[in-house]
Amino acid sequence: MMKKFIRLLTVMLLLLSVLGGCKPKEKASVSTDGSTSMSKVIGALGEAFELETGTTVTYNATGSGAGIAAVLEGRCDIGLASRNLKDEEVEKGLVGTVLAYDGIAIIVHPENPINDLDLETIAKIYTGEITNWSEVGGNDATIVLIGREAGSGTRDGFEDITKTKDKCTYRQELTSTGDVITTVASNPDAIGYASVASIKDTVKALTVGGVAATEDNIKNGSYVVQRPFVLVTKKDVTLSDSAQKFFDYITSEKAREIISSTGVVPAN
Amino acid sequence: MRKNKIFEDIVHGIFLILGLITVGCVLLITVYLIISGLPAIREIGLINFLFGKEWASTAAEPKFGILPFILSSIYGTAGAIVIGVPIGFFTAVYLSKVASKKVRTTLETAINLLAGIPSVVYGLVGMIILVPAIRHIFKVPDGSSLLAAIIVLSIMILPNIIKVSITALDAVPIEYEDASLALGATPIETYFRVSVPAAKSGIAAAVVLGVGRAIGEAMAVMMVAGNVANMPSLFQSVRFLTTAVSSEMAYSSPGSLQRNALFSIALVLYMFIMLINVVLNFFLKREKEK
Repeated sequence: MMKKFIRLLTVMLLLLSVLGGCKPKEKASVSTDGSTSMSKVIGALGEAFELETGTTVTYNATGSGAGIAAVLEGRCDIGLASRNLKDEEVEKGLVGTVLAYDGIAIIVHPENPINDLDLETIAKIYTGEITNWSEVGGNDATIVLIGREAGSGTRDGFEDITKTKDKCTYRQELTSTGDVITTVASNPDAIGYASVASIKDTVKALTVGGVAATEDNIKNGSYVVQRPFVLVTKKDVTLSDSAQKFFDYITSEKAREIISSTGVVPAN
Repeated sequence: MRKNKIFEDIVHGIFLILGLITVGCVLLITVYLIISGLPAIREIGLINFLFGKEWASTAAEPKFGILPFILSSIYGTAGAIVIGVPIGFFTAVYLSKVASKKVRTTLETAINLLAGIPSVVYGLVGMIILVPAIRHIFKVPDGSSLLAAIIVLSIMILPNIIKVSITALDAVPIEYEDASLALGATPIETYFRVSVPAAKSGIAAAVVLGVGRAIGEAMAVMMVAGNVANMPSLFQSVRFLTTAVSSEMAYSSPGSLQRNALFSIALVLYMFIMLINVVLNFFLKREKEK
């Protein structure tokens, strides 16, 4: 009785595995590869695209450089870079299309008398070269540096733009934009950074070099604490049907709202 | 008759399966943690991992030393015990022996409520009230610190300590106390010289339970401790073992050394919890044998 049952089970399992093996190939999918900072925006767009067309979008979080290399070697459809392409990369036949701009606001407590800092000063503050607000014209108080945890896209972007990678001497590393805003709002000596889209009235966003962090200033490039999210493709290679559809979809008017909802400024 | 026997067997089987589910979960977690936690330790080296003083998981030259986390967790827990145990212990003695029935019911309701508050609420209140308060009182630039974590943890472990201690104190036979009183000891003398020594294993178990709760807490600590991987110091921002895992898990890419190292931290934390459980069992067993 038991033996029979086991035999039956084995046969069924074998059958199943054969069926599984012969299943028709997966429907067309689009592969993307690159910047870890873009995971949120690509994730949201991919989900929406899948809902609309049924085509799945895969995303490999490897980093901008690796993503660009992957496109060059034809290992993915669309590369993702959170920086502009370098000249030598363009010479190799790559094309960059800006999908969105990641604007990062520098925030302080509303009572802080400071309204403006330039990029260099911000970098000096975050690397611990300037430690007191009085050195930049504020109150005599120790500057409290609030940042994000290692691996966060906002931290990566901020340290990238201010060229302070691995050199920041944080007082607090918080795990969400909301926490950063709440903390800065409750400490008059704190300074922090958060994506522009999520700033609330409880904190004051500084102008950087005299330029306010508005959507327009981010788009025209005059607000400097920002970086582009670039879609990288090859010039002489036509995208597959589904990849082209995805590309058109995310650069279209329709995708604007989805892109904004992830906290970045859409470019189109 | 036979039918009854079959029915009994079936029910017995169902209960056995339900019991095995729990055991299965524990085994699954243990095996999974060991399998996923060992590769990073092997790659980094056990000594470098456990005693390295620097943690920079995403730097160009990543460093994976978790000594700051281990020490922060130990100091934080010890601090919570130092503050929480005396308060919890005396509350328990008062409620079990001295308090009138009315007071006891009211306070016990409050304690139960305290036990039921989610940790994120503790964290939020700590973040908004405690952290700025520490900043003002101690005149430090920022209040997020080991001290804030200790205070939040000591409040969080209070209900555990009080409830378990009360149970132990209530179980002391009334004859012991009557004998002591009859010999002329005052009530307070009786409680501290007779009742407390008689309940000491139970009270020790309460403390160990508190340690377990404090060392395993992540959310509330994450919100008040600042989460920078510093070596622990009372007014510096620190990262516990628990928060080290939870704060970086979201962004670490699967298969990377960073992710694996986070599993290794979880494994270390698990070892700590196991140790605490062994100690707890030791005390509970002694209690039973008496």
